[in-house]
Amino acid sequence: MSDYNFAYLDEQTKRMIRRAILKGLAVPGYQVPFASREMPMPYGWGTGGVQVSAAVMVPEDRFKVIDQGADDTTNAVSIRKFFERTAGVETTEETAQASVIQTRHRIPETPLNEDQILVYQVPIPEPLRFLEPRETETRKMHSLEEYGLMHVKLYEDISQHGAIATSYAYPVKVEGRYVMDPSPIPKFDNPKLSGCPAIQLFGAGREQRIYALPPYTRVASLDFEDYPFDPSKADHPCDLCGAEDSYLDEVITDDAGGRMFACSDTDYCRARREAGHAGPRATAQHEEAGA
Amino acid sequence: MYVAVKGGERAIDNAHAWLAEERRGDPAVDELSVAQIREQLALAVNRVMTEGSLYDSDLAALAIKQARGDLIEAIFLIRAYRTTLPRFGAAHPVDTAKMACDRRISATFKDVPGGQVLGPTFDYTHRLLDFKLAAEGEGEAPDAPRNPAQEGAAPHVTGFLNREGLIQTEDASDATPPDLTREPMELPAGRPLRLQALTRGDEGFVLSLAYSTQRGYARNHAFVGELRIGAVAVEMDIPELGFAIEIGEITLTECETVNQFTGSKTEPPQFTRGYGLVFGQTERKAISMALVDRALRWKELGEEDQGAPAQDEEFVLMHCDNIQATGFLEHIKLPHYVDFQSELELVRKLRREAAQTQMQEAAE
Repeated sequence: MSDYNFAYLDEQTKRMIRRAILKGLAVPGYQVPFASREMPMPYGWGTGGVQVSAAVMVPEDRFKVIDQGADDTTNAVSIRKFFERTAGVETTEETAQASVIQTRHRIPETPLNEDQILVYQVPIPEPLRFLEPRETETRKMHSLEEYGLMHVKLYEDISQHGAIATSYAYPVKVEGRYVMDPSPIPKFDNPKLSGCPAIQLFGAGREQRIYALPPYTRVASLDFEDYPFDPSKADHPCDLCGAEDSYLDEVITDDAGGRMFACSDTDYCRARREAGHAGPRATAQHEEAGA
Repeated sequence: MYVAVKGGERAIDNAHAWLAEERRGDPAVDELSVAQIREQLALAVNRVMTEGSLYDSDLAALAIKQARGDLIEAIFLIRAYRTTLPRFGAAHPVDTAKMACDRRISATFKDVPGGQVLGPTFDYTHRLLDFKLAAEGEGEAPDAPRNPAQEGAAPHVTGFLNREGLIQTEDASDATPPDLTREPMELPAGRPLRLQALTRGDEGFVLSLAYSTQRGYARNHAFVGELRIGAVAVEMDIPELGFAIEIGEITLTECETVNQFTGSKTEPPQFTRGYGLVFGQTERKAISMALVDRALRWKELGEEDQGAPAQDEEFVLMHCDNIQATGFLEHIKLPHYVDFQSELELVRKLRREAAQTQMQEAAE
């Protein structure tokens, strides 16, 4: 790939993105406008994440990409391939081995460390967008720290449904200042945002925004004293590895309502099975795979 | 078993191979050449150049071929290519008054200095399928009668109105216009940025918005003051030379509308303008753009905000780009099963609680 610069973007563009990232790290949770470029993949498919990854990547990096927690979903495969081609970096599926992890909709189960960067793909960076569609208004609300509308929305959820009816992209407050959209991760993942030793970067390509959480940032999910935040998940162990603490996908296994639950983090599940852990359907699974 | 599938990579490769086969179609039929697309599907090429923001008819034709005729996909290919190109400078503003016009019409005057020139237009064709074109080999290439080209410049029609002070004056500015391909869009946007976004905007979207103004959503009856299509010279300062030279010629479509205006608190009664400028012969887009441009100018003219979509700068500018729109729309094809799972659990929980409440109420 001599036709393109390392990691596809030219150095001027990378510099522009790095400036936005640095500003984002200096003002945690604040959405920094940046001149997002057209990438050779569609807007909405991770162009923000790809640009952030390209801007932070160095040749020594080891890169991991997950979508829905899995390394082998089609778009994760496509983005990993893109960087294999344009940056020639090593790739891995093991969370602990990766120095840059690009993710869509999940935070890995394996705790991250100080040598890692987690890059989120963000569709709609504005947590207030569905309450107020105008960017001109929401920017004002952030600058005035006027988040009443969001609390009213959560309150109305409780009064109508008896619970906060947001299960993913659950809004958080960063260091007691900015309300931030954590990207559409399940709320189960929200506690992992706070006090994380790794740098967390959020890239929204189409919406031209970058925001960031420096290591060990305090991140609180919005709630009320009498309705505390509840990071729920399916009330099951993983059918394959028996994990009780990981986020599960529900998989339909037949047309008679049969289903199983399995870790959405495929690397976490694989590592546990290799270490000898087994869930209720582990044996059946192996037979199926062998057949 | 879906969870254990490791076939994503192979599936993608196979899908691409199938796509390549489908693109070629029946190999018994001759392959389309890029030159054929450039010459015979020129209006598609023009649209791709305009919305792709890259004036290169060969690349646009290639993109159309690669995209199997999906013009938005072709525009996307051009945009993604364009963004990798280095900028080596900026041209002087083109002088459309010096355009070598292939077509120039004014709806506001029966005749104008420089004359009305119909040019190669569909306008008065009867839309009857021409089955002769379906016959293999058209025979001799069509040959249109020729006239010597008009001498001298063709001044803008709106300039005549301006002499009487009947049309609002556009103040010239030497300010460098913003570039939305290099800077994030900031709102409120000035007119140069709005025009830039509209030029790149989706033809269908801009057309429908323009149409909505004609039907009464911020109605501002527009006359086509002038529509002209033709070639203009592109000049650029070359630092080593110390003067400007002509580096090439591009074909543009320019539309100036003349709009009714009865005056406001700040402006006297006069005609006002809308402006459209696009690459190639793309006149539907140029006219649409002029109407939407005019509708978006309500604030500077002290007009009333009718709450119409075409008056809403943020609504128009944030949604007119078809590459952004199609990307985000189509991304919902990607797996969302993690979000969906959390929604499943929430709905189950809410249903459980609702059922319990109902049972309790029934028991009471």
